[in-house]
Amino acid sequence: MSEFDRLWAGEVDRIAKNVRLRVFQHTVEQRGGYLSQACSSGQILGALYHGLMNLPALDKPLLPDSWTGVPGPGHPARTGIKFNSNGQPGYDRFVLSPAQYALVLYAVLIETGRMDERGMKDYNRDGSSVEMIGAEHSPGMEVTTGSLGQGISQASGAAMGLRLKGETGRVFVFLSDGECQSGEFWEALQAASFHRQDNLILVVDRNGCQCDGVMDPVMNIEPFDDRFRAFGCACVRIPGHDPLALAAALDTPHEGKPLVVVCDTDPCYQMEFLRERHPKFHYIRFTQPGQWEDYRDRCAAMAKEAGQ
Amino acid sequence: MEIRKRVHAQNLVQWAKNKPEVLVLSADLTSSCEADSFRDTYPGRFFSMGIAEQNMLGFAGGLAREGFVPFVHTFAVFIYRRALDQIAMSVAYPNLPVKMIGFLPGVTTPGGATHQAIEDTAVMRALPNMTVLEVGDATEVENVLQIAYDIPGPVYVRMLRGEVPRLFHTPMELGKARKLTEGDDLVIVSSGLCAEECLRAVKVLETNGIQAAIYHISTLKPFQYPEIIDHIAHSRYGVISLENHTVVGGLGTCLAEAMAEAGVGKKLIRLGIQDQFLHGASRGYLMREYGMDVTALLSAVERAVGKPLLIREEDVGQVFLPAALSDAKPEAL
Repeated sequence: MSEFDRLWAGEVDRIAKNVRLRVFQHTVEQRGGYLSQACSSGQILGALYHGLMNLPALDKPLLPDSWTGVPGPGHPARTGIKFNSNGQPGYDRFVLSPAQYALVLYAVLIETGRMDERGMKDYNRDGSSVEMIGAEHSPGMEVTTGSLGQGISQASGAAMGLRLKGETGRVFVFLSDGECQSGEFWEALQAASFHRQDNLILVVDRNGCQCDGVMDPVMNIEPFDDRFRAFGCACVRIPGHDPLALAAALDTPHEGKPLVVVCDTDPCYQMEFLRERHPKFHYIRFTQPGQWEDYRDRCAAMAKEAGQ
Repeated sequence: MEIRKRVHAQNLVQWAKNKPEVLVLSADLTSSCEADSFRDTYPGRFFSMGIAEQNMLGFAGGLAREGFVPFVHTFAVFIYRRALDQIAMSVAYPNLPVKMIGFLPGVTTPGGATHQAIEDTAVMRALPNMTVLEVGDATEVENVLQIAYDIPGPVYVRMLRGEVPRLFHTPMELGKARKLTEGDDLVIVSSGLCAEECLRAVKVLETNGIQAAIYHISTLKPFQYPEIIDHIAHSRYGVISLENHTVVGGLGTCLAEAMAEAGVGKKLIRLGIQDQFLHGASRGYLMREYGMDVTALLSAVERAVGKPLLIREEDVGQVFLPAALSDAKPEAL
């Protein structure tokens, strides 16, 4: 391992740790939240934003725009993209397919210097663009997703658009494993492979969880990586909390094929106390007496350890 | 009557010639939707998406975000029934310029309930940001592309294919009704191919001394026709609507809403599919059987004016009925 790699991976781990803490703090403050998603995807999203995606540097962290209403005639209302490439040619696009990860994304934007942390005062507040399940007006979100399975189709259309324009930017899609049960997802994969869309990069958080609980009794998707290969994609399966493995996977040659990186992750990563919630991790809520107080104290201890 | 063959096929190629941003997406119905000439002329702007409409609509949304104007071609039913959530979230919510060209509206296919789009206007006009257009003749088939293109948002078109008559010699305009006849006794409003049925009734109405104003509508959403509503308000017998669509949520409903909001308390008779599915049969049979033809219209006029009409066979004009299996249709259905 080179010194650069060691330092870079260490920085991604630091980002991921702070992301988990931020999401934990919001979960406690809001008395509920998508916390296990921060555990499983912190390193993936941290690594993508800390160098693996080609994004322009920002002069300073941006504040979220105020809410101006839904898109309509003469009102695009698409403000999330400015936290990423802002549509500039030559840079990568990013599609957060499970919009349920929005809070994780906001935290990653803050930790990578793209969003001003004061923007989080608007989180989940009525009339704000920093929504709990975001849309294209929300920081870092370039398209409207969250009706699961739709992110990849929009991303592959955008990737085709970039190719037609002769632009070198790629389209990164962050996916959760649960949405890969949908028919549209496999339709999209079939078409992206057929159209030889090698500027389409899929990174899947294989945390094994969905709304009903752990995935296996809900609907099996294994052999997951073999399915991607059978659909004509290049696919690499990695331990999902290893940023260097993700970096190496993204270097896989895949000419004429979409590249899929399946990241096996842990929904309780570095938060062992969540494991007692098995099999339900999708949304952390507080139902038992004393549970919220327990989480509040754990969160305070974690903040103290982080030097806050 | 002038009959034109494969109007869209030729027109699309010519119209799109100097528009490199115009792309065509197809879901395995390329020649059936008359997009084959486009595919062969501009292969780099044509995308075969397979029988996978949900992905096709999301893909179109992605292309539109990068500055392209995708014209999605497939049968109307497969657009709004198979991919409604994708249309709503990947296209309509972001108000993207995706143009959905829906073929085989209502009775125009013998393909049965699976192929007949009977509630598409109702579904699509309920989506915010959506414009809904319907063509009634060859002129409108030709004009609708530029109209759809000029609208900076999503557009759904009820399209005609194969052998199409030319009824109109002035261009289709967005939001503008065509007034086919004058009269203050009764107002008749139709859309799509029902215009032909209205024209067949003109002579009979004249013979019976009924002064009817016939309007043809090609913009179903936005539905803003204050002159028609005003005309209905001042008519003697009210209004009859005639549409190749279920009466739930289509042209007749649009009229009912506009009349109610304007406080116009005239009688409205809604002709069209009466809240039921169709089945596989010829267009002439279906229009007769489901009460959408000139006979149904004249019978509604009798109810509206409250007296029987003298109907001579020679007064009822001939309608053009394309053969079910003509050489203008490369596919049977």
